[in-house]
Amino acid sequence: MKILVCISHVPDTTSKINFTDGDSKFDTNGVQFVINPYDEFVLTRAMWFKEKQGASVTVVNVGNPSTEPTLRKALAIGADEAIRVNAEATDGYFVAKQLAEVAKNGDFDLVLAGRESIDYNGGMVPGMLAGILDFNFINACIGLEVDDNKATAIREIDGGKETLSTNLPLVVGGQKGIVEEKDLRIPNMRGIMMARKKPLNVIEPISFEATTTSKSFEKPEAKGAVKLVDADNVGELVDLLHNEAKVI
Amino acid sequence: MSVLVYAESSEGKFKKIAFEAVSYGKKVAEQLGTTISVVTINADNTSILSDYGAEKIIKINDEKLNTFNAKAYADVVKQVAAKENANVVIIDSSNNGLYLAPLLAVNLEAGYASNVVEAPSSTSPFTVKRKAFSNKAFNNTEIKTDKKVIGLAKNSFGLVENKSSATEEDFSPNLDDADFNVKSTSVDKAKGQITIADADIVVSGGRGLKGPENWGMVEELADILGAATACSKPVSDLGWRPHSEHVGQTGKPVASNLYIAIGISGAIQHLAGINSSKVKVVINTDPEAPFFKAADYGIVGDAFEVVPKLIEKLKEFKAQNA
Ligand SMILES: Cc1cc2nc3c(=O)[nH]c(=O)nc-3n(C[C@H](O)[C@H](O)[C@H](O)COP(=O)(O)OP(=O)(O)OC[C@H]3O[C@@H](n4cnc5c(N)ncnc54)[C@H](O)[C@@H]3O)c2cc1C
Repeated sequence: MKILVCISHVPDTTSKINFTDGDSKFDTNGVQFVINPYDEFVLTRAMWFKEKQGASVTVVNVGNPSTEPTLRKALAIGADEAIRVNAEATDGYFVAKQLAEVAKNGDFDLVLAGRESIDYNGGMVPGMLAGILDFNFINACIGLEVDDNKATAIREIDGGKETLSTNLPLVVGGQKGIVEEKDLRIPNMRGIMMARKKPLNVIEPISFEATTTSKSFEKPEAKGAVKLVDADNVGELVDLLHNEAKVI
Repeated sequence: MSVLVYAESSEGKFKKIAFEAVSYGKKVAEQLGTTISVVTINADNTSILSDYGAEKIIKINDEKLNTFNAKAYADVVKQVAAKENANVVIIDSSNNGLYLAPLLAVNLEAGYASNVVEAPSSTSPFTVKRKAFSNKAFNNTEIKTDKKVIGLAKNSFGLVENKSSATEEDFSPNLDDADFNVKSTSVDKAKGQITIADADIVVSGGRGLKGPENWGMVEELADILGAATACSKPVSDLGWRPHSEHVGQTGKPVASNLYIAIGISGAIQHLAGINSSKVKVVINTDPEAPFFKAADYGIVGDAFEVVPKLIEKLKEFKAQNA
């Protein structure tokens, strides 16, 4: 089985979010970038397929050279090779088009991506990628088994879960549950050394005009201070929730 | 040109988010000076959609669509969009909505903006405001394509009553075998409980509650408020509560009107999941807990004393306001 894992390079959750250039650009100053947490879950599942069932794992990112350390980290975790599509990832549709090209040219059977990335939280790329490739698609996936050409998956639904069956080729948008957090891997020294020797291929994007443009950013209005209610006067909280906040 | 809204239903009944999507669609149609059509799939009592401004209701009734199927539903909505000459299509942000919207966008070759929280600030260029960075910021996005798909964030626009007299018509889509390549084999749903995704009020407990045996008061509080119960990550990791209740960056997002956090410190990964709740209440022994910075109302105190009192006061309140 040939597996392609899509890796997004995102600011760590604890990063301070600031903007520059008249609030038009994200300020990367002092920001730590990581593998998108959802992608880490699917990458770990890919490693499981590789070790238990035999599969090759390629990781891919659409981004400028600054994303290479993130791809190297994925290689250190155990992916066999990496591809960087040399373009700024500004629009979900554009990214999906580039990834689809990579998936098609590499004859991949299974394409794994995180349900969403924690920077724009778009949740667009996996579904769009499936649509462009005309592959089967499972989103919000919390369990995945593949046997020959057949896949069985569990997805989260509002208030529960659903079991699905389908065939490869398949695109999966995954999240925690596809593996558990305790099973996530931290690259060890050997992995890091080996990653240096693994291929990281840079390819140029295909031409496709972005469908959306980011115009500007805003931060939510500064929140007023918390209103404290005395622990001996809990009735006041009920009153505030009813009369002031009007939520009960 | 028109606006098309997909109104999601489950077992024939519309979800609240369907009415929110129609309310939003009506607003966009007004801004564009055009009409709004609403497509429903195997839904009963469709006329209720006209309370929120629907002008034309397109009803699809097909047994093959009884179980949600993203590809088939995307295909159906595409066919209706073509028939209605719709250039803006609005989809909600339920798990199903988030599943079908990107497929639909590719079907229509449409630019797709998800997590949209407001009516467009301008229709030419077409600009919408979306949530970004796990609710720590917003991004104003221009959709440049002629056709547009908008994913509306839950509880962002609200319900707006706007009575109209809607025409109704039936539509039979062409369904392809390939639409059903992904098959649902079983569904496992918690019965009778309010789910975090649908709840207006969520009562959540953290490690401060010490153990699963202390959740009785959390459930009782939730029960009085008609709320869903939730928890922080360590609580579900410890197996005190099911994973489906874990809220936060790696768990579920909450966009409720009221979020009550009991014995939860308010770590940034937890807050990432609840930032879009409207009113936040914190009950915590530690006045330095970060949650106090994020909350609207707070009580510094021991949950084991405060929560039973709160339950008692809410019972009195209910009795008076019944
Ligand atoms: C990559 C990553 C992802 C994460 N994702 C998530 C996520 O999705 N969701 C999530 O929740 N966490 C997540 N976390 C963990 C997060 O950082 C915190 O550890 C977690 O939210 C803390 O949970 P807690 O507040 O229940 O527990 P604690 O940190 O133990 O806090 C318990 C609180 O209870 C208070 N307390 C104690 N006794 C009482 C009492 N009797 N009455 C009232 N208050 C009391 C204490 O003062 C304290 O503030 C993530 C962490 C990482 C690194």
